Amino acid sequence: MKRREFLKVSGLAGGGLLLSLSCTASALTTNVNNSTIFFNVYLSISNKDEITITAPVPEIGQGVRTSLPMLVAEELDVDWHSINIVQALGSSQYEGSNQRAAGSNSVRVYWKPMRKAGAIVRNLLVRAAAEQWHVKSHECTTNKGIITHTNSGRSLRYGQIAELAVKLLPNENVALKNKEEFELLGKYIKNVDSEAIVKGEVKFGADSKIDKMVFASIERSLVYGGKVVKYSDNDAKKVSGFISTLKVDSVGNPDRPYVREGVAVIADNTWAAFRARKQLSIEWDNSTNLSESTKKLHDTCQKLVNEAGTMVRNDGHAEKNIERSVTTVEREYHLPFIVHSPMETMNCTAWVQQDKAEIWVPTQMPSTTQRSLVQRCNLPIEAIKVYATRVGGGFGRRLSVDFVYEAVELSKKLKKPVQVIWTREDEIMQGVFRPFSYHKLRAGLDNNGVIQGWLHRQSGTSRYAFRKGYNPANSEFFINAFPANLLKNYRLEYALAKSNISRSILRAPGHNALAFVVESFLDELAREANQDPLVFRNNLLAEDKEFIYEKNDEGEDEVISVSRLKAVLNLAAKKADWAKPLPKGHGRGIACHFTFGSYVAHVVELIGDPHGRPEAHIIKRVTSAVDCGQIANKAGITAQVEGAIIDGLSATLYAEISINNGQVEQNNFDSYQLLRIGGAPVEINVHIMNSSHHPSGIGEAPYPPISAAFVNAIYDATGKRHRKLPLTQS
Amino acid sequence: MQLELNINGVMRPVNADPSMPLLWYVRDLLQLTGTKYGCGKGLCGACTVHIDGVAVRSCVIQIGSLKNKKITTIEALAETHAHPLHPVQKAWVDADVSQCGFCQSGQIMQAASLLAENPGPTSEEIDLAMSGNLCRCGTYTRIRTAIKNAANIVEDAQK
Repeated sequence: MKRREFLKVSGLAGGGLLLSLSCTASALTTNVNNSTIFFNVYLSISNKDEITITAPVPEIGQGVRTSLPMLVAEELDVDWHSINIVQALGSSQYEGSNQRAAGSNSVRVYWKPMRKAGAIVRNLLVRAAAEQWHVKSHECTTNKGIITHTNSGRSLRYGQIAELAVKLLPNENVALKNKEEFELLGKYIKNVDSEAIVKGEVKFGADSKIDKMVFASIERSLVYGGKVVKYSDNDAKKVSGFISTLKVDSVGNPDRPYVREGVAVIADNTWAAFRARKQLSIEWDNSTNLSESTKKLHDTCQKLVNEAGTMVRNDGHAEKNIERSVTTVEREYHLPFIVHSPMETMNCTAWVQQDKAEIWVPTQMPSTTQRSLVQRCNLPIEAIKVYATRVGGGFGRRLSVDFVYEAVELSKKLKKPVQVIWTREDEIMQGVFRPFSYHKLRAGLDNNGVIQGWLHRQSGTSRYAFRKGYNPANSEFFINAFPANLLKNYRLEYALAKSNISRSILRAPGHNALAFVVESFLDELAREANQDPLVFRNNLLAEDKEFIYEKNDEGEDEVISVSRLKAVLNLAAKKADWAKPLPKGHGRGIACHFTFGSYVAHVVELIGDPHGRPEAHIIKRVTSAVDCGQIANKAGITAQVEGAIIDGLSATLYAEISINNGQVEQNNFDSYQLLRIGGAPVEINVHIMNSSHHPSGIGEAPYPPISAAFVNAIYDATGKRHRKLPLTQS
Repeated sequence: MQLELNINGVMRPVNADPSMPLLWYVRDLLQLTGTKYGCGKGLCGACTVHIDGVAVRSCVIQIGSLKNKKITTIEALAETHAHPLHPVQKAWVDADVSQCGFCQSGQIMQAASLLAENPGPTSEEIDLAMSGNLCRCGTYTRIRTAIKNAANIVEDAQK
């Protein structure tokens, strides 16, 4: 395997050249013997046959440094093990400046454009060779970087003909390969950076080392929105390595700021910055949010969820039909604030100069970051280079520029490169949380266990509460999500619990709560109706309907298909041997969910802990079925499903952010626990549906349904029903 | 008296406060960034290095206490073994363990230390030994597979 370059910082790749698929690129001669042809923003070929593919989306562990270059390599027809991969800078050149590691949309957005990019270049190379040989293009074939004229046996390597090829007019209508012709796509292709990772060679944001760089650690109030009254650094100065202190101004609404106010300690190494920061003496005005507490939110939401809320959707007459039913079931569920807490804490290295700015940052949105700095740095966009480093976990936290602004402002003032790095305590206590919510569900069943009416009332701290034109229908509910449109009498209500507590998006926003609630409640309804939970769901999904779900990121209608949901549900059940009886004390739970275009079902099989301790149930196996459309990388999909299961189990068992007197009560991995290896399932079996639908993403979809599958399995094994998360606190 | 430390087989003069944690000495002063900061309290394992071949959390060890110790970081792990990759590293690549990769230096150092001490660990022993190493991407099931496979390689080499 040839070298895989993690990041090529040069004027050649990424942000330096403005290229589009329909422009011919230029040949750049670096020396007499070595020239590289840039065909488009994704692909360059040197006269030494070095194929370099640009990965447009940052790698946060979701596998896109492997899966996206595969799209180009497949259509280009090159030896996968010989290519080089470089990371794109933040730029507006990548398909409408997407480049976002968000919405599970990387493979979906780049599926066509990157394949086309590869196919167009292959076509140019073939035509150039044919021209050189004075033969017809259709008499030539390619095989792993070599063009051959079938009849005469003459051949050329791509590198030998690239300079001529780039001068031809690209054929925008070139045909893409059929699924049956794929050699890479749909297969199991390993992580391209594996070897570099195990040797410790891969660089993350925090590993950025810039000449003359200084380190910064920022003390912010433990109460969100706290403002600096005065401070002293007399003791901080005594710490060896201390350089200076600077006040950091807040950005955004001062009572719920986007960037928090604070005092930065600047030092010549990270530890000195951390150490000196502890010696700061700061007087804070915490009056605005001192009274915030999760205890109050529990009281508020429990009250609100028992009163009528704002109507979000109202089909038929839910209340009336529920009242009339033979059996009425009412349940209340709760999900706490949780925090992203990726392994790599927030950090950014910035060097803002008079005529340019360079930013090295683990971000989920390099292009948006670049654009946002135009005003902040008062520089034209071409002068702003955002180097998207590898990211030690995103989960939605890094779809933000707060940590970028911190580094940029300090660099502007100090006129040097500055690396701001957050501590783990900062990460947890100064986090932007997944919203807190309570859910009341009421349903009526007839004698056959058929749902007559359904009411779902939610009360919580909506993540979009402060947006203009705020509407909970757009974030706390997905009004066409299952079981909407399948029930005649269906009502959704929302009540906002007022709070300034900082919250935002976290992996599968909205869905990560709804799936737990809906799939738990369905399980409870099935039990009330004396029906097998799989049978109960299949009855509900009896009709193969399709309905519009919402508009996706590209503004297109996303359709939810009952038959695709049913298919993953039943595949998971089949592969999990659902019908096979289990010994006493063992249990199975099932859940299925649709998230952003993809369908996932999990069956959890476990051995109940005799003492009923949630963290001591032994998860024997999780069986998952996923439908995410056409498969790019089987290895990538499998990894995402496994990882999301662990992430979901971790959150379900342990994760909780509680707030008292305005302060977060957790601060490191002792007080904010995560699942450790001992809690991982013994086996995870992933089954991927073969589909011809457009790829729809897998980074998030397996995360929402695992919590209900687990909780349902616990009930099956032990008879204990959990309705409040995390399990270890309920 | 000048403190000197043996880092990856090279004696380095140390011009830093003896109470500086080894993690920051290695990362900031030696620019060896393979060892990661995750928590600063020995709770996550991302900072794991070897001291005389045994895994320790470098974020809670002061450099002043390491005179005459042999310190090995991930960058030099392969050198402790005959092959281009340490058997644990090779097993990691074969099992396609890594996702984002941030925790993996620490996981590998911990696993290598486990196998050096216990060449044929049971599943329970693996889970216990690795319980101090967090992974947010959720690669635990593959870590188990990789360690079991590496154990076979190590055992084969010792036969």
